[in-house]
Amino acid sequence: MSWELIFGQLKWSSLVFTGAIENPSLSEFIASGAGTVAVLGAVASVILLTVKGWWVPLWRDWLTSVDHKKVGIMYIVIALVMFARAVIEAALMRAQQLSAYDSTGFLSADHFGQLFSTHGTIMIFFVAMPFITGLMNYVMPLQIGARDVSFPLLNAISLMLTLAGAILMMVSLVVGQFSTGGWTAYPPFTGIQFNPGEGVDYWIWAVSLGSIGSTLTGLNFAVTIYKKRCPGMTLFRMPLFTWTTLCTSILMIFAMAPLTAATAMLALDRYAGFHFFTNGQGGNMMNYANLFWLFGHPEVYILILPAFGVWSEVVATFSSKRIYGYTSLVYATMCIAVLSFAVWLHHFFTMGQSANVNAFFGIATMVIGVPTGVKVYDWLLTMVGGRIRFSTPMLFHINFLLTFILGGMTGVLLANPSVDFQVHNTLFLVAHFHNMIIPGVLFGMFAAVQFWFPKVFGFRLHEGLGRASFWCFAPGFLLAFFPLYWLGMMGATRRTYMWADPDYLPWFALAMAGAALILAGFTLMVVQIVVSVRRRAQLAAPLGDPWDGRTLEWAIPSPTPEWNFAVIPQVVSRDAFYEAKKAGHAYRSPVAYEDIEVPRNTATAPLIGLFACAWAFGLVWHIWWLVAVSFLMMWAVVIVRSFETDTTETIPAEAVKAANEAFLAAARAAPGVSREREMTSDNRGKALPEGLESLSGPVSSGAAVEVLS
Amino acid sequence: MSVSERLHPGLNLAGTDPEAHEAAEEVMFGFWIFLMSDLVLFAVLFATYAAMSVQGIADGPRPAEVFDLTAAFVETLLLLLSSFAFGFAMLAMKYRESGRGVLAWLLVTGVLGAAFVGMELHDYYVMVTAHGAPPQASGFLSAYYLLTGTHALHVSSGLVWMAVMAVQISVMGLNTTVKLRLMRLALFWHMLDVVWIAIFTFVYLFGVVS
Ligand code: HEM
Ligand SMILES: [Cu+2]
Repeated sequence: MSWELIFGQLKWSSLVFTGAIENPSLSEFIASGAGTVAVLGAVASVILLTVKGWWVPLWRDWLTSVDHKKVGIMYIVIALVMFARAVIEAALMRAQQLSAYDSTGFLSADHFGQLFSTHGTIMIFFVAMPFITGLMNYVMPLQIGARDVSFPLLNAISLMLTLAGAILMMVSLVVGQFSTGGWTAYPPFTGIQFNPGEGVDYWIWAVSLGSIGSTLTGLNFAVTIYKKRCPGMTLFRMPLFTWTTLCTSILMIFAMAPLTAATAMLALDRYAGFHFFTNGQGGNMMNYANLFWLFGHPEVYILILPAFGVWSEVVATFSSKRIYGYTSLVYATMCIAVLSFAVWLHHFFTMGQSANVNAFFGIATMVIGVPTGVKVYDWLLTMVGGRIRFSTPMLFHINFLLTFILGGMTGVLLANPSVDFQVHNTLFLVAHFHNMIIPGVLFGMFAAVQFWFPKVFGFRLHEGLGRASFWCFAPGFLLAFFPLYWLGMMGATRRTYMWADPDYLPWFALAMAGAALILAGFTLMVVQIVVSVRRRAQLAAPLGDPWDGRTLEWAIPSPTPEWNFAVIPQVVSRDAFYEAKKAGHAYRSPVAYEDIEVPRNTATAPLIGLFACAWAFGLVWHIWWLVAVSFLMMWAVVIVRSFETDTTETIPAEAVKAANEAFLAAARAAPGVSREREMTSDNRGKALPEGLESLSGPVSSGAAVEVLS
Repeated sequence: MSVSERLHPGLNLAGTDPEAHEAAEEVMFGFWIFLMSDLVLFAVLFATYAAMSVQGIADGPRPAEVFDLTAAFVETLLLLLSSFAFGFAMLAMKYRESGRGVLAWLLVTGVLGAAFVGMELHDYYVMVTAHGAPPQASGFLSAYYLLTGTHALHVSSGLVWMAVMAVQISVMGLNTTVKLRLMRLALFWHMLDVVWIAIFTFVYLFGVVS
């Protein structure tokens, strides 16, 4: 049999290492170095898992799990690993641009092109998306008092599809090249005529896997929120993070389809000679621009809305106050979600539509500033008169408010088509969107990690190191991106790997310094996690409520038990847990316990992910037998699973009762910790509510939560 | 709220089983949302076709030159009849609790659906061979094949699903899980019908008229 039948277009020379041998240059060495790191990372993980005997627990407790909490944690792990890669790539690009004054620098143009393409693609699809999805997975069901999401298996499948896409991105580091088309992959540059290799195909299939996963997630979460809220949890009693999750889920349902269509059409153009976006025979790349941004603009709100939810929870909790303007925040969220579909065209003001069309979309874009402004005022007013604790999440929040406003104002500038014509395709734009997405989304997620970590793992993160990483991230961000506004206005174009204007040099140097600080911040964050794990005994907060939380998730032990709530709670107001604490109802024993049914672990989702990954790899390299086999296997797994009847297991009421009563007894007996001492080892997770310190001590028993019959 | 108040129309699996009703409510609602996202996909493909069928002709054939309205009409009838047959399958499920009745009607549905796909493939064959109109010929044809092809792919997966359900009815009987799956398959099948009506109207009728 011929090589091609078995291996498609794969050749020995596809391996990244051969480039360094055949054509030694620093650029190639860096590429092989990255490939080597990826391979070594994989090998090291295998060795670690083997030596420690972790394969079985990994498979049994994690990969096959359909528990929304574990799924959420796995999403966030993916996000952090991919962030490490993408942020190093960002620093590399900065270094190249610094070194490329009047010279070609140390990277080849093609290598630089791959860097901004992988950086952008990874940051959006494999850092930001998994991060928000993971967080929504963990927190939302707890906030609505549910035992699980509506479709746990589907949830695990979404995770595995995302993981498959992430793995494909990592494989592209070692086997073959990635696209040079940017994260937007505009044709005809990404068409087969100009880009015959495998690079664009990697982009297409990695992104498609991720977007299918996100569609399923959106569907799942929307249904969960509509159908699984606990009794009494009306829509307008939902915590704000849940609200933003709902709006994000709806956006996912609507926005991912245009992306899937666009990638499918691009694939048909490339694989089968169709003419959607080609230059000739009736193809039209403007169709691509429309489809892509019909997804792309809502996408930035898919990312930012959950972060807005996080900010609302953080600011209320650490100001020890009810959120100001709950209803207006909800309506603002809905407005933003709807408007996000009305502005996509601002991404191509310069591409030839009429002035009236541009004006319409410019105004529509500016209108989004209104609900966003409402939110900013609500957050500010929440702090007014509150008792603010400047813990790490709160520091991130205040930093967010200051810088996000600046980013928003540059957005309003860009929304003006005549301004956009001037700075289009310059670093001004790069500065603007990083200015929105880093303080907004990324720092939002970091704040969320600090905030909910004790809920997830039962111990707090080391506060000092958290602040230290904040003090790298915040100025690092300013240094890395504010110079780009100047550079943009001086005419420095984006995606440019070399330049010749001496005036740029100081600004590029500042930006480089900023990127280095950001790297340092990330390193400190990793150190913080490692140190906290080591000192977990001191930092333990098993009683579940270290920050004087307001919503239901803080009412249960940390880490959250498998069944979430021993008894489904009944709520009568917003901020249900806080109200219970205030009324002296918290930590009361329920009247009765019942058996709890939970879904059994299953290999279905990881197998689907595995075959999806193989399928995509086969497509990238035109290994047709692999494409056919893995596609059939994927559906075979689904069909076999559908014959499975024994998919749940029961946790007996006794076990639930024993665990829960032990927790309640410990919580009642604990002295509680005041807000001043919340960062000390006194904080075992029972907060004395602000202004209610007198209510400390054991509370009378009786039912706080009624059992449903 | 009592269980009966929360019922969706058409969810009456069997007279009086509150648990089955509750399971149905969530699962069916989820499937409606899935169908909605699928419809967004079709909407995007329709929009693409709308643009391409006007501006993407290039030097390829025009819509009126390649479409066979008679064939499309017969296909419409086949698909409508298959939906009708599926309706009978669901009636057999609900009122007669009869696995055999369901199987028989599913068979009718499947045969009609397969005939529909077969005819479409034949259409494609004729277009490519007789009219020289493969998808590679122009943007318009690319969009045409993608839109109708996506629909045909959906119908084909519906057929595979039907086959799986037939086995499940035989092996597992008409239990609640199987019933719920049949109900979802029914929704899916009817949605494909609706999408086809849109294709028939906007692609074939408009195409031949213009
Ligand atoms: C954390 C530190 C970060 C640094 C230092 C950084 C740096 C850069 C640089 C140097 C570029 C290339 C600019 C050019 O093309 O001239 C870039 C592009 C980009 N970045 Fe970042 N970035 C960071 C974080 C992020 C994050 C968090 C996201 C999104 C979640 C993101 C998304 C993007 C996107 C979408 C592009 C455009 C890629 C393209 O042109 O196709 N970046 N970034
Ligand atoms: Cu936009």
